[in-house]
Amino acid sequence: MEKMQTTMEKPNDKNNGNFIIELQKVYVSYHEDVALHGVSFTVREGEFMGIIGPNGSGKTTLLTVVNGLARIHRGTVRIFGKKLDRKSVRKIRKKVGYVPQHNKIDPRTPLSAKEAVMIGRYGQIGLLAKPRKEDYEIVEDAIELVGMSEYADRSIGTLSGGQQQRIAIARALAQKPKILLLDEPTSAIDLPSQKNILELIRRIHTTEKLTTLFVTHNMSIAPQYCDRVVLMNEGKICALGPVKEILTEKNLSEIYRSQITVFQHDSGLIIAPS
Amino acid sequence: MVFEIFSYSFMQRALLAALFAGICCSLMGVFIVSLNVSAMTVAISHSAFTGAILGLLLGVNPLLLALVFSLFTAMLVGPLAERGDLNPDTVVGVMFSLMLGLGLLFIGLIEGPRTEALAVLWGSILTVNWTELIVMISLTLTIIIFIAFFFKEIQAMIFDREIAMAAGIPAQLIFYIALFLTGSTIAVSLRPIGGLLVFALMINPAATAYQLTNRLNHIFLLSIIIGTTCCFSGLFISYAFDLYSGATIVLVSVLVFMTTVILAPKKKVKEVIT
Repeated sequence: MEKMQTTMEKPNDKNNGNFIIELQKVYVSYHEDVALHGVSFTVREGEFMGIIGPNGSGKTTLLTVVNGLARIHRGTVRIFGKKLDRKSVRKIRKKVGYVPQHNKIDPRTPLSAKEAVMIGRYGQIGLLAKPRKEDYEIVEDAIELVGMSEYADRSIGTLSGGQQQRIAIARALAQKPKILLLDEPTSAIDLPSQKNILELIRRIHTTEKLTTLFVTHNMSIAPQYCDRVVLMNEGKICALGPVKEILTEKNLSEIYRSQITVFQHDSGLIIAPS
Repeated sequence: MVFEIFSYSFMQRALLAALFAGICCSLMGVFIVSLNVSAMTVAISHSAFTGAILGLLLGVNPLLLALVFSLFTAMLVGPLAERGDLNPDTVVGVMFSLMLGLGLLFIGLIEGPRTEALAVLWGSILTVNWTELIVMISLTLTIIIFIAFFFKEIQAMIFDREIAMAAGIPAQLIFYIALFLTGSTIAVSLRPIGGLLVFALMINPAATAYQLTNRLNHIFLLSIIIGTTCCFSGLFISYAFDLYSGATIVLVSVLVFMTTVILAPKKKVKEVIT
């Protein structure tokens, strides 16, 4: 594949501002399948970074490297300037909110929506301690933010996919994170609600001064919400930089192995297969 | 008089064994049902059985070897299944067949009458001694303390282990402690309940409780009530009709479960929002 356009910083370049996430030549493998091939990547504090690529390109693995869920085969990861290892991982995770890809929850799961959001607080509360009044207030605020107050006492497994996804976002927000990892957070949500949720995420990102990594298949929304995007394919970063420079017909057609048309419309960028 | 049976020392020990076996089996049953590790528990119970038979063969305390074997299996199967190198069902299946094969081999090697070996298989609550009872009481207290102190972490682990870990909760540690306690419960329940039946006494009360509520703390409490009630009523029925006590207790628990399923359909599932 021809070298794509990138505007990547060197991870150890001190002149590029405060890197809150630094990956250096990271390899992750599941048995013989290598999910990430020597990925190097940095994110500055406060950035909203989109992660785009075809299925199986390593987007989810990249997110799980940041919160230490992926088993790193080789390479170095630094989060908040600290090396991510067995010793530091639990402390780091407490400040990293994670919304995984939507999986339908078993209807028999014995938790209410409110209890599911409270899980986001448990890491902060610590072992052998009970939630305090302020923890309950944070949980209620997070549920209200995602518009789920009406359903707070319902059993989590009986909610619809979209409602469960809102609760997942509320749980990540209740954690009061510094980094927010979102893996297709609107995939189970209807179109009008998607816009509301995305605007809510962007607003919280700004007001709470979060650093957000956002995996999405909906490339058209990237210019509106993302400061930069990472284009991934086959476990490698193919391109990284400002949205308009990276989401080009040439780059997208190459990684999706299909002719992709990109055109600017009043409503934003429209990306579609030709 | 009916109450005359309580004046016998063996019956007093049997009642205490029924109470504590009922409590610890039904509490650990909630973990088994919630975490969907039933197959793993069958492998652990067969390991405990094999350990006890080996103990009888070698003239070593059967409880001690049952404990060693069940904990060995719990601590081997859990991490192996976690690593993902092998299919968890394959690991459990191989361990199950290995332990069953060894158990039957050891039974064959026992010379003379195999009454004690059969007692391990079927259970004999009326022959429980004070040492076994003290071990059982200590284990029950340990399980209650574990659940009371780590309830919120248990709740998070039951909801989703990956999400719990991502929130900074030591979910893997809690999971392994639960497996360790499951192995211990099976080992100490061998004598009163029997290696073949202990699994049913763990699953049935918890599964029944799941039919009645969708709050985790209520499930734990209901499971204890159902488990101990089944143990007491099974014990009285077996005494009155001269039946195998372990088998009677388990059959009562199955009857309670089936009645509950018929009379208390899971209304919560009907609440699903579409």
